[in-house]
Amino acid sequence: MSAAVSSRTQTLRAMIRSHKRWDAAFGVLGLLAMMVGVLTLAALFTNMAVDGIPRLTGDFFTSFPSRRAGQAGILSAWVGSVLVMIVTALFAVPVGIAGAVYLEEYAKKNWFTDVIEINITNLAGVPSIVYGLLALGLFVYVFGLGQSILTAGLTLGLLILPIVIVTTRESLRAIPQHVREGAYACGATQWQVVRDHLLPYGTPGILTGVIIALSRAIGETAPIITIGALTFIAFLPPVPFAGDPPAGPFDWLFSPFTVMPIQIFNWTSRPDPAFHQNAAAASFVLVFMTLGMNAVAIWLRYRLRKNIKW
Amino acid sequence: MTATLTLPERPPTLKAESKNLDFYYGSFRALKSVTMPVYEHKVTALIGPSGCGKSTYLRCYNRMHDLYPGNRYEGSIDLHPDQVNVLHPSVDPIEVRMRVSMVFQKPNPFPKSIFENVVYGLRVRGEKSRSFLEDKVESALKDAALWDEVKDRLDEVAVNLSGGQQQRLCIARSLATDPEILLFDEPTSALDPIATGSIEELISAIKNQVTILIVTHNMQQAARVSDFVAYMYLGELIEFGETREIFMKPKRRETEDYITGRFG
Repeated sequence: MSAAVSSRTQTLRAMIRSHKRWDAAFGVLGLLAMMVGVLTLAALFTNMAVDGIPRLTGDFFTSFPSRRAGQAGILSAWVGSVLVMIVTALFAVPVGIAGAVYLEEYAKKNWFTDVIEINITNLAGVPSIVYGLLALGLFVYVFGLGQSILTAGLTLGLLILPIVIVTTRESLRAIPQHVREGAYACGATQWQVVRDHLLPYGTPGILTGVIIALSRAIGETAPIITIGALTFIAFLPPVPFAGDPPAGPFDWLFSPFTVMPIQIFNWTSRPDPAFHQNAAAASFVLVFMTLGMNAVAIWLRYRLRKNIKW
Repeated sequence: MTATLTLPERPPTLKAESKNLDFYYGSFRALKSVTMPVYEHKVTALIGPSGCGKSTYLRCYNRMHDLYPGNRYEGSIDLHPDQVNVLHPSVDPIEVRMRVSMVFQKPNPFPKSIFENVVYGLRVRGEKSRSFLEDKVESALKDAALWDEVKDRLDEVAVNLSGGQQQRLCIARSLATDPEILLFDEPTSALDPIATGSIEELISAIKNQVTILIVTHNMQQAARVSDFVAYMYLGELIEFGETREIFMKPKRRETEDYITGRFG
């Protein structure tokens, strides 16, 4: 009796051991796969930091580009990036959220909205250069907005619009139906439900999506080159009401500009290695801008979600 | 409780009645010609096995079915005394929900403060006066037997309350708007026995302010809280009567089988 049990136990243990070998094997494989990604990125980042950090002085942030690598800076590039991002956000956030709310809450579910839905998801996958070409035709030539901050902001806004719509719809969908029913049962109209419940409770997810979309947009180069951003800008866009004659409040929107990725691209393509250092330093700054935006997204999500549960 | 001291009760007044009410989910007929009265300031319990249409029937009273496509009503539910048919297409479902409030199966407080939860129905009605809202919060929470537990933390988030407290908060949210009818859709099925007891006491306590229609799976609960019982089966109303009668001497064999546990 005891012999029979023990032999059965042994078979069982042998089987578990052999199963666990696969467990261990997959663990190692997974670790290796993860390391390929992490180590490559770490190496790139370290390389960039070693090359670039010596150039990161205060002057680097407050100087315009220059023929002499040692005096060149990223003033026009980071100001351009920030201004373009502001236009992008002002365009894409309200339009994207409103579109998502309409599709999710107001639109009747039929083949037409299905087609729209599929196409919005597809738009998120369209190569960014295509948006650049569209913007060149539409904003620059048809609307005559020129190769300006406004054009760049609208272009990047269009580019991230699908991302904003998709993430907003997902955050709205995550709100349980019984919360909606509770609000409707109080006598709320559809707009009251959207304003008082869906948007506030969806905000953490929406904000995260918006910031991640913006951090994608800030690194975009192709569409900005296509619409004709300049690579050498030694002035800032006009500050509203300053200068002589005073600039109008919206003149900066129509100013020529450059952005961080274009400045980096420009410096990388020069033969003098001193410019490559500048490129590394500027890349370092751009990576930090992106990481910073992602950090804000994570922090906001944590802060705002604390009090939202079902 | 001596028999000689029992005064004859006033006959109940009619608050609402459904007439030949049919309801369709798409092509599925979930309610079959349900005709039934609802008496003012009484508790009417809807009982029956799962899928018999009792929740479907309840959700007709505040037009909750309008939120989803493909649903269709036939027949009428008249609110008395003004004889408004709440199902008529010309009657706005918002107006119906302003008059007929609802407490759901799963407590569904909003992830807002306790205060904001109670006043939400009033905010929707455009009420802005802070002192009025504060008075309403106090009286509604007192009516819902929750005031003593939360009066010092009205600004705290409602979702941190226990399940039973959340459900009483949802009742306060409904009471704050002085509804004519309050619908309860299995309000205690997600709660423990103690929380269930407090909700049942509450239902008996508030019926002098509001007419109550309650769906329940629990026959003891129906016996404890209700004045009238409707037994439904497969979308039909099998029997309606005073609770005592339904439980002591039901007229229909099906009702008797169900309440004695031989069926269901």
